[in-house]
Amino acid sequence: MTGTTADRDTRGRGGRRRTHGGETAMVPPAEFTSYYGRPVVKPAPWTWEIPAYMFAGGLAAGSSLLGAGADLAGHEALRRSGRLTALGALGFSMAALVSDLGRPERFLNMMRTVKVTSPMSVGTWILALYGPPAGLAAAAEVAGMLLPGSKAAPVRLLVAAGRPAGLLAGLFAPPVAAYTAVLLSDTATPSWHEAYRELPFVFCGSAAAAAGGLAAAIVPPEQAGPARRLAVGGAVAEALAEHRMERSMGITAEPLRTGVPGRLMRAARVLTLAGAAGTLLAGRSRAVAVASGAALLAGSVCTRFGVVRAGIASALDPRYTVVPQRERVDRGEPVRHVAG
Amino acid sequence: MAGRNSLFGPVDPAQDAGYEAPPARKGFFTDTSVCIGCKACEVACKEWNLLPDDGFDLLGSSYDNTGALGANTWRHVAFVEQPAGRVAPVSLGMPGVGPPAGALAPSGASAGGLGPPAPAEGAPNLLEALDGGTETEGDGHPDFRWLMSSNVCKHCTHAACLDVCPTGALFRTEFGTVVVQDDVCNGCGYCVAACPFGVIERRKGPAGARNVGIAQKCTLCYDRIGDGLEPACAKACPTESIQYGDLDELRERADARVRRLQDEGVEGARLYGHDPHDGVSGTGAFFLLLDEPEVYGLPPDPVVTTRDLPQMFNRAGMAGLALLAGAALSFLGGRR
Ligand code: SF4
Ligand code: SF4
Repeated sequence: MTGTTADRDTRGRGGRRRTHGGETAMVPPAEFTSYYGRPVVKPAPWTWEIPAYMFAGGLAAGSSLLGAGADLAGHEALRRSGRLTALGALGFSMAALVSDLGRPERFLNMMRTVKVTSPMSVGTWILALYGPPAGLAAAAEVAGMLLPGSKAAPVRLLVAAGRPAGLLAGLFAPPVAAYTAVLLSDTATPSWHEAYRELPFVFCGSAAAAAGGLAAAIVPPEQAGPARRLAVGGAVAEALAEHRMERSMGITAEPLRTGVPGRLMRAARVLTLAGAAGTLLAGRSRAVAVASGAALLAGSVCTRFGVVRAGIASALDPRYTVVPQRERVDRGEPVRHVAG
Repeated sequence: MAGRNSLFGPVDPAQDAGYEAPPARKGFFTDTSVCIGCKACEVACKEWNLLPDDGFDLLGSSYDNTGALGANTWRHVAFVEQPAGRVAPVSLGMPGVGPPAGALAPSGASAGGLGPPAPAEGAPNLLEALDGGTETEGDGHPDFRWLMSSNVCKHCTHAACLDVCPTGALFRTEFGTVVVQDDVCNGCGYCVAACPFGVIERRKGPAGARNVGIAQKCTLCYDRIGDGLEPACAKACPTESIQYGDLDELRERADARVRRLQDEGVEGARLYGHDPHDGVSGTGAFFLLLDEPEVYGLPPDPVVTTRDLPQMFNRAGMAGLALLAGAALSFLGGRR
């Protein structure tokens, strides 16, 4: 084994780096050193369940907001679809979350403690606050549907609990949609951490687009106005935030543009904007509303999968860990704590 | 508990975690300039901590067939081979061993003259067994140098793994170290993504091994140091490359050592992780390196991700409010 071969190996695919003590001090951004090209940080051991969980959580949150607003505005069908969608999506997301754990039977260990430094702990408690009222509101809806006009006390009580429960669920819904962005950003995964400024806006926009699109597809058009507006607003907000995010991330935006995550992100953009356009133009056409809703849901799924997969790709390539840090050091600006 | 620098900045981690009058903070000083790559630490760690076998793979990366730290590897010896330059050899001051006169005069391009360290007395000469290791370019200088370094969990002052753990399975010991409680961890894997050094990992296998699905890493031999023993790796290290002790004292020793190497012309010698003002506010396990950290697979400027957590929650709060406002506007914005 010769020094040259090993040298090439140890330098990753970035090629040679500057020599010490020479005048060639500037490191071109593409060049970096690594240990046999191996990752510096480890990717989260998360499979499809986590992005699916994030999508479903966002859908539930947006739906609860629509349900609460419709309740106040007196749109019965929109309220019903909002409450029921929220429960279904929440159930799915909890199942995905539990199945992702290395030791699913220990799910409840997250209830042992409240830790503000852990977005996962904070998120668990947000869900614990959001889930019961969302479930209660959906139960009230079901009771009202199955036993209309029932005089039985428990049924009347349940139906009456629907409004406060639904409003409470609507209040806890935005944190459900937003915290998953913090969950990703609070890691050493380059393309997640560097996205922390805009990612919550991307996820909240995506949640609004998905929930609005679905509701606009299943609710009679004359009641679907708010859902359509939420969908379009969410889609536009997501697109703008995503654009800004990529510009603020430096080299760690690359994984969002290349490979499978790149394709997912492009699909998300096309589907979301097409869905928003369709929602705007649907008018009374049910078929267009359904197609637009499907596009918005699919776009929201692609956003979550794209962002999650891009992060994992960024952890697997030492470039995204080493280059930004090396540039900081070479600029003479390593991260330091300054008293004050 | 939550003090001023609880997320970032110099603290005594044990006190910050709520221990009153904890014992002195314990740590490792890994002096890679005297590492001979014998892997005694890897083996001793595996044996003491009953870490499962990962099977044997030839990785094609010099003598490193382990690859990286992970759930089943809590000490990992890195082998870096670099082409050597023309710099005069410098004594490394191996404990108890002089540089072999004339033989294998080391040289190095970037570190200014560190070659393969001499093997400990009585040990088989690995270097001579290595084809190419003794190869010279006709002037007595070897044509490459080896850097060897035993890597380990850093037991960070601000440990992201511990900060993000939602169950409290990761905890701070009275010695200022970071340990996983196997029976509490639910295997969420959050710590894995949070560690800026890529240390902790969820155990995937082998099937039937203990603690599969649970996050695993170095405990700084919590079960030994409590009894006044030194960790297994430090005990096994034949060259004192791995030194265990009170962190304050180790830092002084390391300062003296790095100054001596620099005085002797070893330009590349630098400490890594010793500075309480760095991005993780210093590590409990720190290193003397002979080249840039990334050469050894270490991040050049690691930062504890939770340093930015307040801003992250801020931004999420703003986004959540925007969503709430957007939903309200959707209902107010027209009658259709
Ligand atoms: S090196 Fe990683 S695993 Fe070790 S204490 Fe620091 S953050 Fe935790
Ligand atoms: S995998 Fe275990 S130790 Fe790691 S964050 Fe999750 S619960 Fe904590």
